[in-house]
Formats: sequence, structure tokens, C-alpha cells
Amino acid sequence: MSVFSIGMNVNADRIEQQNVVSVALNVNGEKMERQIEPRLLLSDFLRDDLGLTGTHVGCEHGVCGACTILVNGESVRSCLMLAVQADGCEIKTVESLSSKDGSLNTIQQAFANNHALQCGFCTPGFLMSIESYMKNNSKQPSDEEIKECISGNLCRCTGYSNIISAIKEAYSSKNSQ
Amino acid sequence: MSKYVGQNVKRKEDYRLLTGTGIFVADIRLDNMAEAAILRSTYAHAKIKNIDISKAKEYEGVIDVVIASDLEGKVKPFTEFVEFTLPSNLEQEIKPTIKRNPEPMLAKDKVTFVGQAIAIVVANNRYLAEDAVALIKVEYEPLPVLTDPYEAKKEAAPVIHAELNNNIQSHFEVKVGNIESAFRQADYTIKTQLKTPRVSGNPLETRGVVAEYEERSSQLQVWSSTQVPYMVRSYISKLVNLVEDNIRVVAPDVGGGFGPKCAVYPEEIVIPYLAMKHKRPVKWIEDRLEHMQSTRHSRDQVHDVEVAFKSDGTILALKDHFLLDNGAHNSFALCCAYNSAAHLRGMYKIPNYNIVGEIVLTNKTPNVPYRGAGRPEAVFVMDRLIYMIADKLNVDPIEVSRKNFIQPEEMPYETDLFYRDGTHMVLENGDYPEGLKQALNIVGYEQFRQEQIEERTKGRYIGIGVSSYIEGTGIGPHEGAVVRVDSSGHILAYVGSSPHGQSHETTLSQICADEFGVSPDQVTVKAGDTSLLPYGVGTFASRGAVTAGSAVQVASKRLREKFLAIAGEMLEVAPNDLEMKEGKVYPKALPSKFVTLREIALAAKPGPRSKVPEGMEPGASVTHYFIPPSVTFSSGFHVAIVEVDKQTGFVTILKYVVIHDCGRVLNPMVVDGQIQGGVAQGIGGALYEEIIYDENGQLVTGTYMDYLIPTAMEVPVVEMGHQEFLSPRNPIGVKGVGEGGAICPPASIANAVCDAMKPLNIKINSVPISPNRLRDLIQLAEAQ
Repeated sequence: MSVFSIGMNVNADRIEQQNVVSVALNVNGEKMERQIEPRLLLSDFLRDDLGLTGTHVGCEHGVCGACTILVNGESVRSCLMLAVQADGCEIKTVESLSSKDGSLNTIQQAFANNHALQCGFCTPGFLMSIESYMKNNSKQPSDEEIKECISGNLCRCTGYSNIISAIKEAYSSKNSQ
Repeated sequence: MSKYVGQNVKRKEDYRLLTGTGIFVADIRLDNMAEAAILRSTYAHAKIKNIDISKAKEYEGVIDVVIASDLEGKVKPFTEFVEFTLPSNLEQEIKPTIKRNPEPMLAKDKVTFVGQAIAIVVANNRYLAEDAVALIKVEYEPLPVLTDPYEAKKEAAPVIHAELNNNIQSHFEVKVGNIESAFRQADYTIKTQLKTPRVSGNPLETRGVVAEYEERSSQLQVWSSTQVPYMVRSYISKLVNLVEDNIRVVAPDVGGGFGPKCAVYPEEIVIPYLAMKHKRPVKWIEDRLEHMQSTRHSRDQVHDVEVAFKSDGTILALKDHFLLDNGAHNSFALCCAYNSAAHLRGMYKIPNYNIVGEIVLTNKTPNVPYRGAGRPEAVFVMDRLIYMIADKLNVDPIEVSRKNFIQPEEMPYETDLFYRDGTHMVLENGDYPEGLKQALNIVGYEQFRQEQIEERTKGRYIGIGVSSYIEGTGIGPHEGAVVRVDSSGHILAYVGSSPHGQSHETTLSQICADEFGVSPDQVTVKAGDTSLLPYGVGTFASRGAVTAGSAVQVASKRLREKFLAIAGEMLEVAPNDLEMKEGKVYPKALPSKFVTLREIALAAKPGPRSKVPEGMEPGASVTHYFIPPSVTFSSGFHVAIVEVDKQTGFVTILKYVVIHDCGRVLNPMVVDGQIQGGVAQGIGGALYEEIIYDENGQLVTGTYMDYLIPTAMEVPVVEMGHQEFLSPRNPIGVKGVGEGGAICPPASIANAVCDAMKPLNIKINSVPISPNRLRDLIQLAEAQ
């Protein structure tokens, strides 16, 4: 299901008393069902209802990209989506990236190797944008393509150069695996 | 013995931040926690006739609605920030006028800027709190609005704060040499006006506060996204009247600061008060619109400047009268304004200098020091003047710079000024001509000049711009460190300056590890918590490495000496004959006979088994407060190569080079990261960022769609070179680096654009150089 049709199947008659609706979704591989207010933002749902505070809220108007997550494999700003629209969707957040044993994935490791984060607030959003990009683009991207890939994420600390280096390293280590 | 200092040690901070397990203020959840939302003024200047909170109070889930009158007798009004008051000798020297102008916690009878807090709603959750905010009705009576500082300082202007008599809040003058006679000797003078606009630091994490009061022990626990937790603690204690030791302020992971979080805000006082009042935790997280409106802005200086020089390019004198539009309040005395005055001459010898600064109040958000704090404004003035002098004399601007540099043999160089900390401003060391040479070599200056001529014939406008800075870094009054070894043999270093991206946990552990001869993995650095040390200052003004780094070094060294003394007792060997390495102490002659740090730590405990030499206090801990004798002067050069699209006015940065001196480099990767990030913010200031108010004092740049923060598309990879003149003013030889990157880009890029457009003789006197502005200048030039 494409991102653009998400939420179209929310059934009005499921809206229960006290203005609460039921949503069923899969978050980081775990199936769940929750009763929520229809106005609840997906970002707030993840952070407040599920305790997944790795998804950060930077601007709440869809520009900074800190709240980027994957919805059915595509990168989405969770502050611009209502939780009810995620009904039936598969969600991935930054908490899903490392292995069960705690080891970092390729892009996380490349960030650490290249000093691609300072305060780290914007980092989960970058990681999710890049995760989505790398899944959809197996070929080593050019510098311009890398910049394009992260142009929807603001970072106020690093000046981006080390993030670009990290993406390059992630591609080379992925290709050498 | 530096094994780790100077190395690219990977950051200890990264794992939690990469896995989403860091804890920022908004991530804190407590049982029974309520959430607050704030009603803010929609008027820039108005009387408050009435506030009706009745509907909001009745709204389901609302716990409390407070307005200014509810705080009377409970929360005292702010004072000015005593931390920023002038030292007495500086005050005697410049005899400034500084009127007291603290801000109210909540606006009572009058609002003075859009975004000023009027009422706070506490509810069961944020959604309900915001619903209730919308139910509050405020009746305003609009007053005339001042947004132009020149209008504001006129005698007939409406006065924003009646008790100040007019809108000129501060005034000072600095004089060096004899300006009049120098002007008489000049071959040329240039008079111009140069402006650095209002900008916003915009850390990606907004402000936020969580407070919890525990009745059993009378403990107030506050988490705040701040650069200065000790300052927050001190003001809560003073204004809510609490025993200071009963307050613990923690700055957990903080998502960037850059200056705007280097202040105490009303929310940091009132939210803790509300948590005490209702005996339940209260959380307030600022949203981005609130941030744009109410988190303090910066810069906003206009300089009317005149320079006198000889036909060979020697600058004889400079006089300047500048206004700093500080918005509706100023709690920072002369901080940024005096920084501008002290730094304006930069690395140039200008023996006759006269500068008058006025801080003017308008109906805008108050200002705070932001990365560079008065230096970017000063550098923009000085380095634009260098290019204007070169234009006038028809020589390359590089020649004008070279002609006027302070020479290496003149170091240490007495500037004949006081610094803001009350000490004589003396540049300790450096080689500026060599720094410029290095920068020009990297960029290929001569070759570029050739290329530029060729490209111009093809109708391509490329230009090169240079800018330089000196920066007093690592200001006092002090910063402390406790270094101790726990009973498991692990080393801990606690410091008072709390980080927000600067990598303290890594770089300070490198310093400590080298003293003990262990790996940084065996050292844990803790910061950002007022329970760690009795006193602390904070992370701002490029001071972390200088002040906290030095404190850690001295405390580590002293603890190492103590451990050697204890080991001497244990091994019955003189401490001088012992070696400490890899967590063990052993006689130099017999490495197999060792005691471990853990064993020494246990022997340091008081009691009958103690091996602490007589006359020495038991314990495995040393506290040291480093008190810098004065600031250390970092310096640097920035060179920008840009291309201007004449049709659109769009500026592309083709190359950016930085040479800098921050003394000893503790971790090159971290230092380079600070510079690259600073340059990105500077590029924002040069080309994109400006806080704009309309004539009614309405903020028209309230979102990231209007206030443009550079993305990866706009920021080039900066090429860097280092000079490493160790500062004699601290034991590790460091100078601060946090702000330097952000200081020069407005000047270097403006100079590069002017250089590119030289055939049209375009002069850029303000930033940001947005396409529409540059296009206007191009059209104007073409029409002439």
C-alpha cells in the first residue's frame, strides 16, 4: 500500500464512544491494537503511547525531518500524519535499526565512525531517511544524490559533511559485505 | 604523555543517540505527570485590559490556569542576570549607562512583544492544555509599535518601559589613541553603514522543562534543556525562595544550544513552582512556533562607521557608532555589545579607535548571545571595510590585510582595551600573516585570480572573499571538576559545564585517561547535573575545553599524585620510583610487583586498613576549580569562492576554506566537526536566515518555511587547515573552538559576492544576501 492511500480505510463506524477509535498496526515487528483519540498525531502516539521516544519532534510542521519514520517502507514525517492513518500499517522507527544483541547496523556504525552527529537530536530522522533510501537504491549514489537524499532533514550542528561521508561509507561497507 | 589527547577517539555519546535511547527533556515521563501549554501575546505592544480564564478553568482535564496576579507573593520577578554584570574596573574604565530591565515572568498589565507569555494552563495532557489555551480571552488595547531602533531612540518615540524614561537601555563608549588627529593625517576616509540582521539560533530541540517535587525530602527535581543548569538552579532558589541544596537541575541530552539556551527563562521558574503547587510532576515542551516567537533572538546591529587610512593602505583610525536592537528587554548587560566593541579591530593594528554602542529596546523578542556573540557583527564591519579600502585604492584586498596585521613578533599584543572579564585584553600568541598565507595556498589564490579573469570574459561571475577573526574564548569565572576512582577501580570525572553536542564525555575522558595512563573507556565523564559539584557555570562562549578541560586535567594530575603516594605506602617504595600505566602502579625497576587502581582506591578509604600517607586526607577524589587568568584568543581565516547567477541573484558557494588556531587540538574529528557546523550556521546568516517583523511587530518568519535553515544542498564541505599556537593561559594549551566557524561567513561570503560582481561595483552592506536583494542591487547597478 502506498503512503498516499494510508488511512483511507479507517472505518467511521469503528469510532467508539468518548471519541476514541481503535487502531491495529505493526510497530518494529510487533503487532498491536490501541484505542486512541482520532486527533492524535502519529509522532505523539509513538512517543507517548508506545514510549518509543527515539522519534524526535523538532518542528511539528513537516520541515525539519527529525520525526521521520518508515511507514510501509517509505519515509514519512510522523508529525504530519495522524495515528489513525497508520491503521493497518507497518511502522519502523529508529529503535528497530540495531540488532537484538545491541550492535549497530551499517548506517548507524558509519555515523559513529564519521562523527556524523553532535547533539544527536536530528539523528534518528536522518537514519530513517537514509535507511529508506538505501533500501530503494542499491547503487552507490553520487554526492549530489546523497545531498538530495538528506535534503529533507535539518541538522543545526554538523554542517552535513560528516553525514555525507557516513552515507558513502555505509554504501561501501554494504557493497563489500 | 599524551596518548589519547590529539587523537580521533570515537565518541562515547554516540551509541545512545544512534539507537534512540538518549533522553531529551521531552522524553521524560513520570507517574501522574501533567502537561502545560502557554498562551502568548498576539500583540507586539498593548495594554492588557482583561484576561478571562473562566472557560479554560472549567475545561475537562484542566488542573490550573495561572496568570501574572496568581504568581504575586509566590514567585518573585526576575532580576537582571548578575552573571553578566560588568567587573568594577571595566565599569570604571568605560562608565556605561545600563538601566535595569528584567522581564516579567508573565505579562501583567502590558505586553511588549509577540510571543510574550501571558497565561499557563496545566492539564492532564498537552492536547487538553492546548484546547484550554484557546478558551482564554484576552482583551487588548493596542499601543504604538516600535520595530525600528532609530525610531525607538528618538526623543518623541513612545516609551516601551516607562520606568526607563526612554528606549535607550544601555550606552557605552570605548576610546583608544587620538581619533581626531589620526583622521586629520589620513589620505582617505570612508564612511558607511553596515548591518547584521536579527537571527535565531534555532537548535533542533526546542526548549522544555519537567519538574517534580518530592515532599518527603523537600527536593525539587528539574530537568531543563539548558546550557546553564547551575544558573537555572540559582534563579529558582532566589525567585521561588527555596534552599538551593533542595533543588537539583539536570540538563539531560540537550539537542543543541548555540546561545539561546544560555539564559534563564520564565518557564524554568514557573513550571517548577507549578509542580510544587500541585504536588505532581509538570512538563512543558516548547513548540517550534513558540520557539521562533519567544526563545531569544540575536545579532541585530547597525554600525555607522568611518575609517581613515593612508594611500599605502595603512589604517590610521576607525570610529563607529552602533545600535543593538535588543527587542523588548535586556538582561545581559553589555555582553554582545561590548564583545563587538572589543573584537571589532580583529587582527589589525588600528592605534586610534573610538566606538560608541547603544542598546535600544523595541517591540521584538529579547536578545541573547548566539554563537559568536557580537563577533560576527564586528567582523562583518571590519572585513567589509578592508574590501572597501581596497576598492578605493584599487589594490587587492589581501594587500590591505597584510599591511595592517599585528605581526607575530609583536605578540603578546596589548590592545589597550579591557576585555569583558575585566582583564587587559592581550592577544597571547599567533601568526596571522602565516595563517592567511596557508589559507590562500589551500585555495590557490593567484590561480583563482587568473581563472576569474578568463571566466569573466565568458560572462561567468565568480569571486573570492576573505575574512578573519580573533575571539576571546574560555571566559571564567571558573569551572570545576571532581575526579575520583570508585571502589571498582573505575575513574569518574564530573564537570560543571554541561554539553549539548560538544562531545565532553569523549574529549574530557581523553584528558583524564592520559593522566592516569589508561584508555578513555576506563573513564566516565558526567556533566549537566547540579548534584555533581557545588558550583558550575555552563557551556557557552567557546569555554568547555578551556575551563572544564583544564579543571579535569589538574584534578586528574593531583589524584594521580595522591594515588602514587598511597601506592608508595602499599609497596613500600618512594612515589618517585613508581610508574602508573594501564591501571596499575609498580616500581619502575620491578613492573611485576604492581597494585591496581582498584586496590589503591580501596586503600584510600578511611579506617584501619587505610594506606593514605600521614597528613593526607583519606579518599580517592580530588576537586579542582580552574580559574582562567583571562580569556585565550583563538583566531582564524575564512576564504569563500562563490558564483553569482546574474540573472537570478542566486549565490552558489563553490569552495570554502578555513584555517584556524584553537591551541592544542584535543580531538581533531571533534574540532573539525565544530568548525564545519559553525560555518553552516554562518552560511545561514550570510545567505538565508533573517528574523523579520512587519510594521505591527508581527513575526513573519515564524516557521521553517520562512526562516530558512541551510540544508545539505547549501553547505559545502569545508576544507580546513590548522595552526596550533598553544595558549599559555591554561595547563593544556587549548583555546576555544565552538563559535569560530560561525563568525566569518557573512563577511567572507559578502566579500566574495562583491568580488564576483566587481565589474558592476556592487557594495553589500547587509546580510542575508538573498537572491531578490542581490538581484535588486544588480539591476540598480546596471541602470547606472
